Amino acid sequence: MTVTKTQAPVNADDGTQAAGAEPVGPARSERLSALVQQHGALAVLVIVSLVATFSFDSFATGDNVSNMATSSAFLAIVALGMTFVIITGGIDLSVGSLFALGGVLAAWGSRHGTLVALLLPLVVCGAVGVVNGLLVARSRLAPFIVTLAAMLGARGLMLAITDEGANTYLIGKGSFLAELGQGTTLGLGNPVWITLALFVAGAVVLRRTRFGQHVYAVGGNEDAAALMGAPVARTKILVYTLSGVLAGLAGALNAAWLASGVTILGNGMELEAISAVVIGGTLLTGGLGYVSGSLVGVLLLKVIQNVINQIGSLDSSYQQVVSGAFLAVVVVAQTWLGRRRQLL
Amino acid sequence: MAPPAEVLAVRGLSKTFPGVRALDDVDLTLHAGEVHALIGENGAGKSTLIKLLTGVYRPDAGDIVFQGRPVSFATPLEAQKAGISTIYQEVNLIPLLSVARNLFLGREPRNRFGLLDFARMHREAEETLRGYGVRVDVRRPLRSLGVGAQQMVALARAVASEARIVIMDEPTSSLEPREVETLFSVIRRLRDEGIAVVYVSHRLDELYAVCDTVTVLRDGRRVHHGRLADLDRLSLVSTMLGRELGEVRSEGLTKFTGDHHATDSRPVLQATDLTVPHQLHGVSVSIRPGEVVGLGGLLGSGRTETAKAISGALPTSSGRVVVAGTPLRGGSTPAAIRAGVSLLPEDRKSEGIVPGLSVRENISLAVLPRLSRFGLVSEARVDSIVNTFIERLRIKASSPQQKVGELSGGNQQKVLLARWLAMNPKVLLLDEPTRGIDVGAKAEVQKLVDELAADGLGVLLISSDLEELIEGSDRVVVLKDGAVVGELTGDEVTEDKLMRTIAGDAPARDAVEGAATDG
Repeated sequence: MTVTKTQAPVNADDGTQAAGAEPVGPARSERLSALVQQHGALAVLVIVSLVATFSFDSFATGDNVSNMATSSAFLAIVALGMTFVIITGGIDLSVGSLFALGGVLAAWGSRHGTLVALLLPLVVCGAVGVVNGLLVARSRLAPFIVTLAAMLGARGLMLAITDEGANTYLIGKGSFLAELGQGTTLGLGNPVWITLALFVAGAVVLRRTRFGQHVYAVGGNEDAAALMGAPVARTKILVYTLSGVLAGLAGALNAAWLASGVTILGNGMELEAISAVVIGGTLLTGGLGYVSGSLVGVLLLKVIQNVINQIGSLDSSYQQVVSGAFLAVVVVAQTWLGRRRQLL
Repeated sequence: MAPPAEVLAVRGLSKTFPGVRALDDVDLTLHAGEVHALIGENGAGKSTLIKLLTGVYRPDAGDIVFQGRPVSFATPLEAQKAGISTIYQEVNLIPLLSVARNLFLGREPRNRFGLLDFARMHREAEETLRGYGVRVDVRRPLRSLGVGAQQMVALARAVASEARIVIMDEPTSSLEPREVETLFSVIRRLRDEGIAVVYVSHRLDELYAVCDTVTVLRDGRRVHHGRLADLDRLSLVSTMLGRELGEVRSEGLTKFTGDHHATDSRPVLQATDLTVPHQLHGVSVSIRPGEVVGLGGLLGSGRTETAKAISGALPTSSGRVVVAGTPLRGGSTPAAIRAGVSLLPEDRKSEGIVPGLSVRENISLAVLPRLSRFGLVSEARVDSIVNTFIERLRIKASSPQQKVGELSGGNQQKVLLARWLAMNPKVLLLDEPTRGIDVGAKAEVQKLVDELAADGLGVLLISSDLEELIEGSDRVVVLKDGAVVGELTGDEVTEDKLMRTIAGDAPARDAVEGAATDG
């Protein structure tokens, strides 16, 4: 019997499991657990989608799918940044506010041209991300508190720009920005294509670059990572910056899609993003996670939302009950899988 | 033959922490291809020295000359980049990352697009690890490996980063014998490649197996250095513990009176064959009522582990504990407490007192469930118990309401003692009860131990203070590498005998059957 450093409570479960399923060696069993952890959400997504397709005529229609894809795109971009943050063992609560701020800034800036409209939210939200990262990395404050403060601050800033929400800035029709948000390419909205491109880039960065390795290393064991030469502080600053920039971009694209900077958006979006990331198989404690999983997590949340809307008799408020219950199930399953894998 | 090049020269290194002179004017010289043992008891300054060498601490005074140049490392990373790698007791890698990625973190091979070249990484990782006797799928997460293999990965990583000096801090503490052999062959290979190794361990067998030279630290000073072969085991132990050979004190320095004797021939505590993987190998101890049994041995010999295993704080893989004729279910502290076994832990700050709570609350903490009826606590009964013990143990506090964190170390220790005495135990396990407390309080605690034994309690006493151990105990059971190597009774309980037994060349009649660990 090997004694692991983590001293996970070794229980009888381990032994009986191995005896009951003889052909399953430790390596295979572990790979199976890993597979479920990584792709469990995808399997559920496929099942839910299939059931919905057969249950509701209006589910698998081109319009509905296209709508779901577009409305998923903005949350997905936010969740992409959140994935990086959570893999380092952190959390970013400011993204919902930054999403709203980004939208308002883009709409406000659209009067000065598309370039301003796009750069302004990226720069401002990125700057908030830099401050988040600096505080987390250098002052060693808890990410929860730092980004909570940023969440309040960013929403305040957004309200100040809009005179307490009284001013709604519009984005002119026909501008490049409006085209970016509302136009379609090959039948799918432009935001969907942008999101897909960002996820491909994100996956490459996370899996195939040194920065990506550092993200995993910092979340896996910060002290060891520092001793092994990973630039811990720089990595943390970068992930919070990335999260801020992506939240700003998502807000700007959303504003372009809606043709206005809507101030009431983004409330609770940070929690939705965190849910999606966790459902997608990323460990909330850091060190393990997948960009693709977060995309699946977002889609799953949106499909559930859509299905509940399809059931006309069910109040749409129940969608949150279902999402919440689902999240709870996923977290329990993840913990269980995690323990199982640790034992082996 | 020309002497090998000097890799490291440390001169007059000193470091003071508030209230403690951790390292005082220490010299250390390392040559290429030298395996150097660094030894000393707890608090001797070994870890301080290592931390100064590796940039964790900055020295107050002294020079470190590394490969001919004076150096001053700001971080462990700088030291590592310069060529001083450290392998810690606990494997310091990232368990969730794959073996290969752990090995290459920070220096991953990249292809011409700047992306990581996994194929090359995996191939090279497998090749490298084969040299360390590790044959695994390097794509699997590190944590799926055994501790020994993980340690080898850490070692491979340290050496691969062009280390000139590899410091190993108790590298074998979690290794199986077979893995220790592999480690030794790796160390010998490092030596042949001209790398200097600093080897920290309490296991004498290992030191003599691989080390060429030795530095002994005691109380922050270097008390000996030279070739290890010139120093026999007994001299090594006596140098380490600071006791002259054959030195016999005519009068004791402790307050033990020895005014207690076993009142009953049947043991109140009988622990048999306690085994904890990597830590204890079949340790047996028995204590009769009214008897103080000392547990002797060097740091890491399994003294604390034995106490913890008896009290259920450390899960055992085999062995049994019988208290007053009733077997104890292993691995459960509450069960042990109910049966009447109380442990006064070694580290009272982290494992004992609650500094923010009052003296009264700290004393009554464990006994509260017994004083409550229907979940309500009788304040009067708590007061009466608390006052009894404050008086009996002479705890100096302004009032029972004073916070324990404000008391002196000795009084904190007495509060802990009171907590367990309030439980009316049959057996008291005392792990370093007088460490870190002043002389006066020490004498009082020692006197208390005597009184408690005189009252019929069975006491297990663990102490690094030889005098305390010898004068306080009726019998001393000596541990080495997690096994009993001898037992001293009656007139045999002397410093000389104790040190000989610890060093492992005790006369045969002292040795109990468990000396089978050598080898």
